[in-house]
Amino acid sequence: MEKKTITIYINDKPYRVEPEQTVMQAADKLGFHIPRLCYHPKLSIEGACRVCIVQVEGLKNYAASCSYPVSDGMKIHTNTQEIRRARRDIVELILDNHPLDCHTCDRDGNCELQRLAYSMGIKKRHFEGEKKSYDKDLSSPSVVRDPDKCILCGRCVRICSEIQKVNALRQAYRGFKTVVMPAYNMPFSESVCTTCGQCINVCPTASFIEKNYTQELFEKLSDKSLIKVAQVAPSVRAAIGEAFGIPPGTAKEKETAAALKRLGFDYVFDTQFSADLTIMEEASEFLDRLQGKGRLPMITSCSSAWMKCMEQFYPDLIENISTCKSPMSMMGAVLKTHFPEKIKAAPEKIFSVAVMCCTAKKYEAQRPELKINGLNGVDLVVTTREAAWMIKSAGIDFLNIKGEEFDHPLGLSSGAGAIFGTTGGVMEAAIRTAYELYTGETLLDIEVNELRGLKGIKEGKIVMDGKEIRVAVAHGLGNACDLLDIARKEPGKYHFIEVMGCPGGCVGGGGQPYADANSIPLDEECLKLRAKALYDLDRNRTIRRSHENPDVQRLYKEFLGRPLSELSHKILHTHYKKKEPKGIIPRGLVRAR
Amino acid sequence: MQTSLENDRMAKLKKYMADVLEKTDRPESYLIAVLHRAQNLFGYLSRDVMDEIALTMNIPTSHIWGVATFYHYFKLKPQGKHSIAICLGTACYVKGAGDILRTIKKELKIGIGETTEDGFFSLHEARCLGACGLAPVVMIDDKIYGELTNQKIIEIINNYRKRDRKSKEG
Ligand code: FES
Ligand code: FES
Repeated sequence: MEKKTITIYINDKPYRVEPEQTVMQAADKLGFHIPRLCYHPKLSIEGACRVCIVQVEGLKNYAASCSYPVSDGMKIHTNTQEIRRARRDIVELILDNHPLDCHTCDRDGNCELQRLAYSMGIKKRHFEGEKKSYDKDLSSPSVVRDPDKCILCGRCVRICSEIQKVNALRQAYRGFKTVVMPAYNMPFSESVCTTCGQCINVCPTASFIEKNYTQELFEKLSDKSLIKVAQVAPSVRAAIGEAFGIPPGTAKEKETAAALKRLGFDYVFDTQFSADLTIMEEASEFLDRLQGKGRLPMITSCSSAWMKCMEQFYPDLIENISTCKSPMSMMGAVLKTHFPEKIKAAPEKIFSVAVMCCTAKKYEAQRPELKINGLNGVDLVVTTREAAWMIKSAGIDFLNIKGEEFDHPLGLSSGAGAIFGTTGGVMEAAIRTAYELYTGETLLDIEVNELRGLKGIKEGKIVMDGKEIRVAVAHGLGNACDLLDIARKEPGKYHFIEVMGCPGGCVGGGGQPYADANSIPLDEECLKLRAKALYDLDRNRTIRRSHENPDVQRLYKEFLGRPLSELSHKILHTHYKKKEPKGIIPRGLVRAR
Repeated sequence: MQTSLENDRMAKLKKYMADVLEKTDRPESYLIAVLHRAQNLFGYLSRDVMDEIALTMNIPTSHIWGVATFYHYFKLKPQGKHSIAICLGTACYVKGAGDILRTIKKELKIGIGETTEDGFFSLHEARCLGACGLAPVVMIDDKIYGELTNQKIIEIINNYRKRDRKSKEG
């Protein structure tokens, strides 16, 4: 069937377009980029900023193109002197309530407001008015909130409520006094914030940024008395190149290892190694549960933001959560036990750093129950963004660096470990190993396509020795909540559930490089390319199953014994507790009185 | 400690919310009505009360907080025995309401939206009380005092204090 089209005129030229779309959508497809600020294609339309105004003939006022629908015969002007001036005034007014500290700002060179101001040709400032002034909220280990930089576009509020469904943030008060804040203006650390950092990803300015530990890390790296050890999450290599202008989709694995060594780390290990370790434990735990030892469905526990979300909103499912620590924390545990033994050093001397795609890992690293003999498994977490900045700041030529291998004995990983970074990957990795542990046979068709891709909730089935195993995967906390609502209602529906707290999984983490000028935050194409980078790594590995990783096998032989051994339980597993931050509601949960 | 009076109020609020939930599947659209009822019962919206509303109505607290702070009508702190509303409407402002406000603030040692330490007065701002002919004007509880001067407003405040002392002694 032929699609109905209508004619619109943009800047006096006719175009055939589909009806039932906004002026901005039609213009985008035709190659007219109308400036914008509060609009994001994945979020509801707020129409708050008015930066996207255009002239429509016959209309008295300018139309906000992000929300104004096209109609047949419509004559649109996107670039007249009049509209340019009006837009410039709007951006100027935003700037006038914004600190003038670009050159010391965390988003310098990467700020949408800065880009807008530049593209509007704002050279002079005409209005000088009162500026707002609030304290920064530094209470969270992961996310810093700076209301002074806020331009009230509301993207953070919308991603937090619509995509993540956490509802930590909202606009409070009104007019000039409007501030985006948690309920009761509580410190972030006491709110429902899961520390996922998605507000950072969509913030056009530096109103939300990660808690930055780069200076502290530079300090530690120059401390000769410490043994500095890094671990690198899978998704970091899938995206770090973007921070250096490399298009998304190219994994920079060995380059990252090499750059971290140059930064001054004594050992650079791979979180993909401990992802393999996690799979050994998790697959074994799953098979135990399948045989009646523990509750089903089993739910994965790698995503720190998801863990906090679950403790707050789904405490009734705590027993369903795998007791496995995350790969980061498993690595941390080995780094403060077996590793110092092996290199004959005191565990206190190991300074353990995790380079993560994630802001929530900063929170996870501080969870007291993850301590190992009184020490933190991970002493400090930096995001992909922070690591990229450090590499630049140290004058390391990332683009031309010669790749190096990760170090032994905790640096070798299977392809299963690599795909941990993308939604569906943990499940796929677990299936590869669980199948073999259960049936004694090798699973040949190891790429589980129905678990790949960006659908919010994905389902799959595998048959092990005639037994059907039903699995489900969700990415983004909102999808996770929807999936968990299903699992609550139909407890027998699934055997195994994977949850990642960020859109697209870790590749879309709150610590990943910012979108560049030609892209948008959390662009699906970009997420897919990052995932592809990891799937490519997997495909190019000779070892693609976690249990075949010889270094993991060695670790069991030399140290842990076997999966779920007493020692494994002591250092690789943990427990979760119901959390009720002050003034929150457990989502959809009737509070037990 | 919750007094029995508070328990009683909470019970009334819960009954009200139960009735609301009975008749709608979109509780959010009744939020303002529920907040109104809560303020009528408790005199202001405490965190405990907002938490309870969040839990019962299944509305995020951040959202409730957003609404409660948006409307000046909603009070977030316990209110003093007497409420002083100073008009900052155009007429009053021109006639020196700003000055009067400064005097009140100094006398009571509180700002707008606050309550004195002894819980006796709360201070609010109003926009035109419809008594422009008497500007500048304050309204204490439901009584209007007009043609104010700095001296006059202090006298009025002191009169309230005196009366209170008397009624305590008597
Ligand atoms: S982008 Fe259209 S109003 Fe903000
Ligand atoms: S302006 Fe104060 S009563 Fe009208």
